[in-house]
Amino acid sequence: MNSRQLTFRIFRYNPETPEQQPTMQNYVIEEEPGMTLFIALNRIRETLDPTLKFDFVCRAGICGSCGMLINGTPTLACRTLTKNLPENITLMPLPVFQLLGDLSVDTGTWFRDMSIRTESWVHTDEEFDPQAPEVRMDNETALSIYEAERCIECGCCIGGCATANIKPDFIGAAGVNRVARFMLDPRDQRSDQEYFDVVGSEDGIFGCIGLMACDDNCPVGIPLQGQLAYVRKKMASAGWKRK
Amino acid sequence: MSRYDLFTTDVLIVGAGLAGERAAIEAASQGLQVMMLSLVPPRRSHSSAAQGGMQASLGNSAMGKGDNPDIHFADTVKGSDWGCDQDVARLFAETAPIAVRQMAAWGVPWNRVVAGSRMYDGQEIHEDPEKEGLITARNFGGTAKWRTCYTADGTGHTILYTMDSMVIKLGITVHDRTEALSLIHDGTTCSGVVARCLRTGQLRVYTARSTVIATGGYGRLYGASTNAIINEGNGMFIAMDTGVVPLGNMEAVQFHPTGIVPSWILITEGARGDGGYLLDKNHYRFMPDYEPKKKELASRDVVSRRIMQHIRQGYGVESPYGAHVWLDIRHLGAKHINTNLREIANISRNFTGIDPVHDLIPVRPTQHYSMGGIRTNIDGMAYGLKGLFALGEAACWDMHGFNRLGGNSLAETVVAGMIIGDKIAKYTKEASLEVSSNLVDDHVGDQRNRIQTLLSRGKAGENVYELRRQMEQVLSENVGIFRTEEALQQAVNSLHELHQRAGYVGLRGGGQGADPELSSALRIRGMLKLAYCIAAGALARKESRGSHYREDYPKRDDVNWLKRTLAYWPVEANQPTLQYEDVKITELPPGDRGYGEASIPSKR
Repeated sequence: MNSRQLTFRIFRYNPETPEQQPTMQNYVIEEEPGMTLFIALNRIRETLDPTLKFDFVCRAGICGSCGMLINGTPTLACRTLTKNLPENITLMPLPVFQLLGDLSVDTGTWFRDMSIRTESWVHTDEEFDPQAPEVRMDNETALSIYEAERCIECGCCIGGCATANIKPDFIGAAGVNRVARFMLDPRDQRSDQEYFDVVGSEDGIFGCIGLMACDDNCPVGIPLQGQLAYVRKKMASAGWKRK
Repeated sequence: MSRYDLFTTDVLIVGAGLAGERAAIEAASQGLQVMMLSLVPPRRSHSSAAQGGMQASLGNSAMGKGDNPDIHFADTVKGSDWGCDQDVARLFAETAPIAVRQMAAWGVPWNRVVAGSRMYDGQEIHEDPEKEGLITARNFGGTAKWRTCYTADGTGHTILYTMDSMVIKLGITVHDRTEALSLIHDGTTCSGVVARCLRTGQLRVYTARSTVIATGGYGRLYGASTNAIINEGNGMFIAMDTGVVPLGNMEAVQFHPTGIVPSWILITEGARGDGGYLLDKNHYRFMPDYEPKKKELASRDVVSRRIMQHIRQGYGVESPYGAHVWLDIRHLGAKHINTNLREIANISRNFTGIDPVHDLIPVRPTQHYSMGGIRTNIDGMAYGLKGLFALGEAACWDMHGFNRLGGNSLAETVVAGMIIGDKIAKYTKEASLEVSSNLVDDHVGDQRNRIQTLLSRGKAGENVYELRRQMEQVLSENVGIFRTEEALQQAVNSLHELHQRAGYVGLRGGGQGADPELSSALRIRGMLKLAYCIAAGALARKESRGSHYREDYPKRDDVNWLKRTLAYWPVEANQPTLQYEDVKITELPPGDRGYGEASIPSKR
């Protein structure tokens, strides 16, 4: 079987040289068995264009660095196999996030800001006692925390979210899921009213208009629809009780 | 006089993975101002990719009953093939349980003991109802007890996210997308780093009373590695570039038995720990023949060699990517695979299109970890420069000797972060920052000149990607699992030449701003130095110990080689200088590991 010629149409723009308009640039490479976009993009950089910017770290679908729009769909490039794509492949950077150049966007700053806004750490008055055994936890509880904790902060749910695309301060599904992770955690002593303070707003859970692209796009399969419903219900109830 | 942004802090930490973040938390908690530099956002660090778990002798699970730090210590020393520092291994084993419990208090959702019975490799296990809800553990290689605490197979991810949540809570400054290019020093004291912003390409200066290197390993020197692409050994080579800081035991390179073919992504040891088998081309479970006691769960160096030995005897499965064996976890069942081994199930499905619930996983030993690194004392202080510390995989502290046990690297990052973080804080409180602006200007000038030279050579210079491919090939072919004088000599010769050529790299692109080719070009010479140290150390060490296996010297030689290699690279030199120091034996004299070639005679 002859291998295919793949044509990549890639967004190019360098914010450091704003006088140069954004363009779409074409690159043609030969497909190989088992080729991922990680392999393809590095091939392009090493043989055709050493200036092309993109981000990979683990290249195993674990670290969340390589979210981009692949033929319009936000997903992880590292684990996208070219054999599942047509010969013409369009790559665009994830929207919403600040563009650093070509396909590289600043998800790190966005997620750190979201973590600060949602106060994403265990809030407790307990002092850690190095000599004491650990506090017991039901294994099912541990697993349900892990289910939400599996978010890899790739930003695919944000890039594909209509609300996040028009409201810059919306915390999106990743932010709501993050809050759910701490709500589920018995070690976090925050009350529903305290959670309401961080997420009970139009930039929080009540900004979601329920299109649920996030649930479709999450590359690690977190049940975001369920997490959004869980937080919305809890926060609606907390809102009623608010003085 | 060059212009640059200048930042000053008490403690500067290069690398924001688990080791760096834990040390940062310790220093910040003691009232010091801490800044961290990282190539990537902290949560993208390679720590996040650790799957299987973290060893600590809690002894809660049925198969961990009676465990204690003494047994953990002994397992670690045997695993290291007596190459480790026993004072460090002892300190580590004593502290690990506290580290795991503290991470629990901070938010890690450790899997917990569930009372009841289940089957494991033909044996029934009863979990004690008294222990219900305490942190449980799984089986890992080279351990006498089940000791590896875990959250499914995303343990590194959950520990890193929890650690980073504390960094955020404490408001510690992190400059991500920033790469340290050199250490600012006067030959006796380190005062910070010259760094390059990977957003804009601008040079920056960071000065500090103490500088800490926590940049992880160098796996990407090898073509086939489980490591993330950022694991290029940066911290190690900028320390070595000073000419006065040595790297310890660089020839001690770990090959993980189960990298998935052909993307070389890690398949966790937890897959075998939870009961997975290794099968050959005839679907025959071969490990019990070689290792009757530990079977698939001897130490990693041993299992990797046994796999390659079996492949050499003609039992490998042929593939376009070379011969491999199979990992079989089908008998663990869909529920177990889709919860406790979920990430590796996803990796198998996404990258090779196979479903481990029904299919066999193609695996082969793959470069995974560097036991060697910046040589430090037990307090984490680097040899050679005051004010310089190192910890985690970037360091040779040295608790792993010539082979690290699975689950001991995550544990090292957190434990070393606690202990060395405290030592850093104590040192920093007493230290003063005295750095002349001339010294800083000189160091910035050196980096500016390097960049200018790379730009000016243009296409006439060497191609960085070509040099890299050749280096990867030399190491993979000649400095792998089985080593010989001839192949190692060839590697040294090739790397000598490549290192020379790396002095003449030019850029084919424009090299403007945060150009990725320029970033690679700035690293290649340092990477070749590390590769050279690995090959030269392996050539010189005429014995077999842990992961360092010489076919021409197949026995461990405690008379002549109970020593740690110290590789120095004098400034302007063309090759490393090797020195040696004695390995400290305190409690456990060299003996039988209980597995491996020197132990029980195998059937083959």
